[in-house]
Amino acid sequence: MASLAPTFGRGAMTNSWTDIKNTDLVVIMGGNAAEAHPCGFKWVTEAKHNRGAKLVVVDPRFTRSASVADLYCPIRQGTDIAYLLGVINYCIQNDKVQWDYVRSFTNAGLLVDERFGYSDGLFTGYDEEKRDYDRTSWDYQMGQDGFALVDDTLQHPRCVWNLLKQHVSIYTPELVERICGSPKDKFLKVCEMIGECSSKSRTMTSMYALGWTQHSKGAQNIRAMAMLQLILGNIGVRGGGMNALRGHSNIQGLTDIGLMSNLMPGYLTIPTERETNLDEYMSTRGFKPLRPGQMSYWQNYKKFFVSFQKAMWGDAATAENSFAYDWLPKLDVPSYDILRAFELMYMGRMNGYFCQGFNALLSFPNRRKITEALSKLKFLVIMDPLQTETARFWENHGEHNDVNASAIQTEVFELPTTCFAEDEGSLTNSGRWLQWHWPGGTPPGEAKTDNWIMAQLHLRLKALYEKEGGPLADPILKLDWRYKDPGHPAADELAKELNGYAVTDLADPADPAKIQIERGKQLPGFAALRDDGSTACGCWIYSGCFTEAGNQMARRDTRDPDDTGAFGGWAWAWPANRRILYNRASSDLEGKPWDESRKLLWWDGSKWTGYDIPDIAPNAQPGQVMPFIMNAEGSARLFALRGLREGPFPAHYEPFESPIANVLAPRIRGNPAARVFKTDVAQFGNPEKFPYAATSYRLTEHFHFWTKHVQINASLQPEFFVEIGEELAHEKGIKAGGWVRVSSARGSIRAKAVVTKRIRKLICDGKPVHIVGIPLHWGFTGEAREGFGPNSLTPFVGDANIETPEYKAFLVDIEPIDGPVA
Amino acid sequence: MFPPIPNPDVSVQKPGFGTQDLVRRSASTVPVPTRQLTPVAKLIDVSKCIGCKACQAACLEWNDLREKVGENRGSYDNPEDLTPDSLTVMRFTEWINPETDTLEWLIRKDGCMHCAEPGCLEACPAPGAIVQYSNGIVDFIHENCIGCGYCIKGCPFNIPRISRVDNTAYKCTLCSDRVAVGQGPACQKACPTQAIVFGTKDEMKAWADARIKDLKARGFDKAGLYDPPGVSGTHVMYVLHHADKPHIYASLPDNPRISPLVKAWKGAGKYAGLGVIALSVVAGALHYLTQGPNRVTKKDEEEAEQLAEKQS
Repeated sequence: MASLAPTFGRGAMTNSWTDIKNTDLVVIMGGNAAEAHPCGFKWVTEAKHNRGAKLVVVDPRFTRSASVADLYCPIRQGTDIAYLLGVINYCIQNDKVQWDYVRSFTNAGLLVDERFGYSDGLFTGYDEEKRDYDRTSWDYQMGQDGFALVDDTLQHPRCVWNLLKQHVSIYTPELVERICGSPKDKFLKVCEMIGECSSKSRTMTSMYALGWTQHSKGAQNIRAMAMLQLILGNIGVRGGGMNALRGHSNIQGLTDIGLMSNLMPGYLTIPTERETNLDEYMSTRGFKPLRPGQMSYWQNYKKFFVSFQKAMWGDAATAENSFAYDWLPKLDVPSYDILRAFELMYMGRMNGYFCQGFNALLSFPNRRKITEALSKLKFLVIMDPLQTETARFWENHGEHNDVNASAIQTEVFELPTTCFAEDEGSLTNSGRWLQWHWPGGTPPGEAKTDNWIMAQLHLRLKALYEKEGGPLADPILKLDWRYKDPGHPAADELAKELNGYAVTDLADPADPAKIQIERGKQLPGFAALRDDGSTACGCWIYSGCFTEAGNQMARRDTRDPDDTGAFGGWAWAWPANRRILYNRASSDLEGKPWDESRKLLWWDGSKWTGYDIPDIAPNAQPGQVMPFIMNAEGSARLFALRGLREGPFPAHYEPFESPIANVLAPRIRGNPAARVFKTDVAQFGNPEKFPYAATSYRLTEHFHFWTKHVQINASLQPEFFVEIGEELAHEKGIKAGGWVRVSSARGSIRAKAVVTKRIRKLICDGKPVHIVGIPLHWGFTGEAREGFGPNSLTPFVGDANIETPEYKAFLVDIEPIDGPVA
Repeated sequence: MFPPIPNPDVSVQKPGFGTQDLVRRSASTVPVPTRQLTPVAKLIDVSKCIGCKACQAACLEWNDLREKVGENRGSYDNPEDLTPDSLTVMRFTEWINPETDTLEWLIRKDGCMHCAEPGCLEACPAPGAIVQYSNGIVDFIHENCIGCGYCIKGCPFNIPRISRVDNTAYKCTLCSDRVAVGQGPACQKACPTQAIVFGTKDEMKAWADARIKDLKARGFDKAGLYDPPGVSGTHVMYVLHHADKPHIYASLPDNPRISPLVKAWKGAGKYAGLGVIALSVVAGALHYLTQGPNRVTKKDEEEAEQLAEKQS
C-alpha cells in the first residue's frame, strides 16, 4: 500500500478479483496465488479459459501457481527490482510502450529538479549516519504560475521519461541474469510476452502478495511493477491493474480503517509532535493541484479530518477547540510499528501489550528476541478465538518452546473472542469490497465479540477516570458513545458511524434556503462531507456503505450486465462503489475506449458513462481533468517525488542477508534507507557461515496458524518441513523425508526435508546459489504435529516505508541430522 | 465457466434413484430396470488442478470421516495413499518433459474411477456388497461386505481399502447420496478452479473437448481425454496434457482392464472351483459310506489331556 498510494494516489488493489477474468496475461510474481489464494485463483483459470490468457510465474520456486502456468521463470528472492527494471528497459528499448497513455496519463513529461540525481546506488541527499535521505531535490521544477513544468514532447533531458530511461538503461538482460540468476532466454521470453501487452487491445494483470512486501524494499518491488503497468497502459482498464492480494479476509479493512500506528481511518495521518495545532497540521496537507484544472482530491483533507473528529468526540469537538485536535496522539517517531514495539519491549521500555488477533510469537521475526521481549512485560492481554503460541509463550514445550516458565513473570490474560463466523459485520476484501456477513454459529463458552470486549474496557476506563481523574482525561471521558447498549455496540451501529451522518441540517450549497440532508440522517457519500463540523464520518472512504437506503454492504445482486465482471450490485466497494480505480484511464484523452471490446467508462458527449461508477467528476471534461484524481498532478507517477523513503525510482538493493554482494554498489548492505536497530545489526549473518538463500511462505493446506487447530487441515499437511533442491540434497547427503537442522545467525530449527526438482540451483554473479524454502504453519498448539516456523531464523529488519519484516530473503545453513528417538 | 449446479432446496427430497435402478449386483443378479438413467460423470481436468486438496477436505467433511494426522515423508502427498477414510488423495509427480527439458508438476486427484465394467464388482463374492446403478455409479453396500479384499484385486486402479474398524471395504461413492438429490459430488463443489466438474457423461465429454482444444493451442499436442476402453470407459474421467502416456501421472494405468485372474476365477475358474468342492463332498460321502464315521478312542482323549496340562 505504501507504493501504490505514491504512484496512483490510493493504496489499494486497483481492480477486483472478478475482473481478473478479463485479462490477456497474468503475471504472478511476488506471490503464489494458487497456493495462498486458491479461491481467487479461479479468475485466472477463467481468463485462461475465456480469453486464452497466458499465465507467467516468476518465483524462486516452481510453485503450485507455476504448475498451471504457460511459462515459469526462476528468480533469486530479493532481486525483483532488478528483474522488473530490466523488463522496463526492454520495453523502452523495443518500443513496447503505450505511448498515448504514457503521454496523457503519467508524469512522464514533467520536469524534475536539476539537483536530483543518482550515482553509486544512491539518490541525492543521502545521510549515512541517519540511514535516511534529505528528499528536497526529489521534486518537479516549478513554474511562475505555481504549477510544475512540463514538456509534452518528452524531449527535455530533465523530464521524468528521460530520467527513467537513463535510470533503467543499466538493467540489461545480462545484468538481470547476473543478479537474479534468471536464465537470459527465459527472461527475454517473459519480456516478449509482457511487451505484447503495450498494445491498446491487450492487457496484463499483476497479481502479487507478500512475496513482494516482505522485503526491506518491499514497497519499491511493487513500485517497479506499477511503473511497468503504467508504461503498458494497464491501469484503470479491465483486465489490468496492480492486484495486491491480501492474505487475510479483512487486511484491506485493517489499513482502510487506520489500524497502523501512524494512520487514522481513510489514510489520514496521525499528527507528529511537531504539529502542535490544527493549522500547522493542515499546512502540509493542502494538496494544491500541481497542474492546472486537476481535482487533487486530497484538497478535501480537512473535510475528512474534521468529520472524523466529530465521529470521535461528537459535540465535544468544536471549531473553538480545533475539533479536539489536541486529543489526538502525536507521534515522536515515524511509527510505532510491530518491530519498534517489540524493540521497546525488549529494551524494557514497554510494559504492557494488547495482542488482538495476532500470534506474535510465530509472526514476528527473530523469535528468540520476541520471547525475551514478552518475558519482560508486566502484562500481556490476548484477544483471540483460538489458543495461540503467544498466549503460551511462557510454557515449556521442549525444543519447540524451550523456556523456563519459573523465570517469566509476565501476567497473561486470555480473552476468548468470537471468530468471523460467529459474529456480524463486514469484511473488506482485496478488491475493496465491503461484504456484510451474518453469524453462522453460536460462540462457544465465554467467547465475546471484540466489540463487547473493547466497549467493556472503555466503560471501565471511563469510570476510573471519572472517579480518580488523571492527566488528559478528556479523550476518554468525551468519546462519543452513542450506542443503544453502551456495553456492546452493534455492528450496524458502528458501520453507520463509519459511513457518517449529518450533525446539523445541511443546506444545499446551490440553494442555501433548501435543506439537502436533514440532521441525523445518514450521508449518501463522502462528497457530502464538510469541514465546519456539520458532518461526522468515521472513515471517509467508507462513506456510502450504509446510507439512508440501507446497508449497501449487504447487497447480494449477482447480475453482471454484459459479463464485464463488475458485479456493481454485489456488496459495496470503496470509494463510492467504484469497482476499478482510475477507470477514466480506460478511455483515451478524448474519452473514447482504448479497446472497444473491453470498454469500461467513456465520455458520451456530456458526461462519463459506462459499466462502473466514474472515478472522476461525472462531468469532468476529457482532455482537461486527468484520471488520477488523488494525485496533485492528476497523472500517475513514474517518478514518485518524495513519496517513498529510498527514492523516487526503485533501484536494486540486495536483502540484508544475501548470498552475493550488491553488484551495482558493493559497499551498500541491504536497503540504505531501511531502519536497523543497533542490537540487530550484530545478528545479521554472512554467506561464509550461512551460505544458502532462504525464503518463507504459506501452503495451501493451511491458513497461517489457525488451521493447525483443525483436524482435517492438520491431516492434509501434518508436519513441519523445509524444501530444498536435489542438487543441494545430494551435496549435503540429505534424503527426502529425512531430518535436517536449519540455522541462521539468530536461531536454529529441526525439520523434515522435502527434496524437490521444483527448486533448482541458480547462478548469481558467477556463484551457485541454493535456495531453502521454509513454510510457516506449525507451532506447539493445535492438532498438527509440533514444529517450528521460519521466524526462529528471520532477521529483525523491515521495509523502509512500512516496516514489513524481511521474511522472504535471508541466509541459513542446513545439515542432515539424526531424527529424534521414537 | 461450467454452469454451476444450483444450491439444493432445503426441504427433504426423495432420492432420484435407488435399488430399482441397479444394473449389476455382486455375486447375484438383478432384474432388468424399467428405466435407463442418464449416465453421469465427473471430469477431472489435471491441467487446471492446483493441488490445493480442497477436494480431500470436502470428501472427509461430507462423509464425516477423519484421517489421522500422519507425518511428512518428503513430499506433499498427505495422506500418502488412499485409506478407508481418505477416499481421494492428490498425487504429486515432478516430471521433466524430455522434449522441452522443462519441469512439469503433475497433480492428479486419485480415487474410484467408477468403471463401466467394474473389476471390483466382478471380483466380489459377497452378494450385493457392490452394486452399479444405470447412471454409472458403482457403490459399496457395507452391510453386505465380508471384508475379503477381493475388490482390491479386481480393481485395475488399486482403489478400495479395507477398514480395520468394521472390516469392510471403502472407496469413493461419487457422492451417490448427493447425486441422488440433484447435487454434484462434494469434491466438485469444493474445487476452486473447476478442475473438477460434474454432469452427464455426454456433457463432460463435450466440455473436455473444449479443454483439449485449449491445451493443444498451448502446445500440448498430445492432450486428450482419459476414458479407458479397457473397462468400457469410466464415469470419472481425466483431461490429461499428455494423454499418450497416462503412467507419468503417478502410475495411472495406460490401458487398464480387469485382471485376467479375476476373469478366469469368476469365469471358468469359478466353475472349476465349484467342481472341486463338489468332488470333495462326494469323496467325503463315499469315505463315510465305505469307512464309517471317525471315532475318538480313549487313548486319544488321554493324550489330549496330557498335552493340555503340559501347556497350562
